[in-house]
Amino acid sequence: MINKIVDTMSEAVAGLHDGASIMISGFGDAGAPAELIEAVIAHGATDLTIISNNAGSGETGIAALIKANRVRKVICSFPRQAASHHFDTRYRAGEIELELVPQGNLAARIEAAGAGLGAIFTPTGYGTLLAEGKETREIDGRNYVLEYPIHADFALVKARAADRWGNLVYRKVARNFGPIMAMAARTTIVQVAEVVDLGALDPEVIVTPGIFVNRVVRTSAAANA
Amino acid sequence: MQRMDRTALAARVARDIPEGAYVNLGIGAPTMVANFLPRDKDVFLQSENGLLGMGPAPAEADIDWELINAGKQPVTILAGGAYFHHGDSFAMMRGGHIDICVLGAFQVSVHGDLANWHTGAPDAIPAVGGAMDLAIGARQVFVMMDLLTKTGDSKLVNRCTYPLTGLACVSRVYTDVGVFSVGPEGARVIEMVDGLTLDELRKMTGVELEMA
Repeated sequence: MINKIVDTMSEAVAGLHDGASIMISGFGDAGAPAELIEAVIAHGATDLTIISNNAGSGETGIAALIKANRVRKVICSFPRQAASHHFDTRYRAGEIELELVPQGNLAARIEAAGAGLGAIFTPTGYGTLLAEGKETREIDGRNYVLEYPIHADFALVKARAADRWGNLVYRKVARNFGPIMAMAARTTIVQVAEVVDLGALDPEVIVTPGIFVNRVVRTSAAANA
Repeated sequence: MQRMDRTALAARVARDIPEGAYVNLGIGAPTMVANFLPRDKDVFLQSENGLLGMGPAPAEADIDWELINAGKQPVTILAGGAYFHHGDSFAMMRGGHIDICVLGAFQVSVHGDLANWHTGAPDAIPAVGGAMDLAIGARQVFVMMDLLTKTGDSKLVNRCTYPLTGLACVSRVYTDVGVFSVGPEGARVIEMVDGLTLDELRKMTGVELEMA
């Protein structure tokens, strides 16, 4: 019997290694897997590359990971926020590398990784600083920039509910990067509020099929474990 | 001359958004355009973080932090609205499915180049978000801005000096003193506020202008 549900947060992040690349779902706090990030901090892995839309704000989530000095590089579209002081400080001190990617290219490069594509030609960024030095091509009269897929060792994703095969549904705009990151990482780890029986999720509305998911942990259960 | 304030400008932009349009409103002043869309007509507001059919801000008691807009403010979803992931959201832009986006700008060139993401200052931490995707993806890009900077420099320019967001992507520029079309033919004045002349506008901007 296949059961992807694990009992504890530490089991969920087992095998994380120094130097790992980690995708983290979320747009601001919506969809950010806060408990899994806490588990990464507790695990101790360092020298991490974080792929996410933002670079954390306040004192929790990615900001806490940066504060704990675990992050070597951030690949994101929008690092600067009202309370992104932990990122700002380390970036200004030259202690953290930033690869700034337009948000749609970030999504498309993650999708390309998940879909097994070698590269994509995207119109976004053509003629700007963010395409400097990159190969370009004119196709049917429009200019495109060659961009490569973004793969990751792990994806940390927040969803609303899962079954033991790892099928997922999300909640409102907390979905954001979850489905495409789940496809792009070698090991996808999902935190959910609710675990349901097989068959309880309507196959017509499953957003992420379990083939893209390796481990699921329920946040409320894990909090007590 | 009677300058338009932010509210009047938002109302002016809203007048050019037809029923049935799929529209993305940028962060900041463009968000105010939503307040002036006629309630008896269907205009579909898209939010880059995965929402079509975005409605107004909720009452305090109904705030849900998993229902926010691109500016991370709480919003609502209208009957008929839909959620989707980031891949689909940016396919809507890049794929030409968004009819109109409204953005702020540091500078717009007479040929429609847009600079709105980075001042280029050496100590600035760059952040781009969805600006570049919206700029080149939406079928029409409307810019909403004051014509002049605080120090009196025109933001409508022959060539942008700030780092570019996109090339030849803006079609219209709505400012506190007038509305302009921009593009391959250069800039044209669609309308001016009362008490302003074309010559004065040419002096203010330093660019070649004709009436549309």
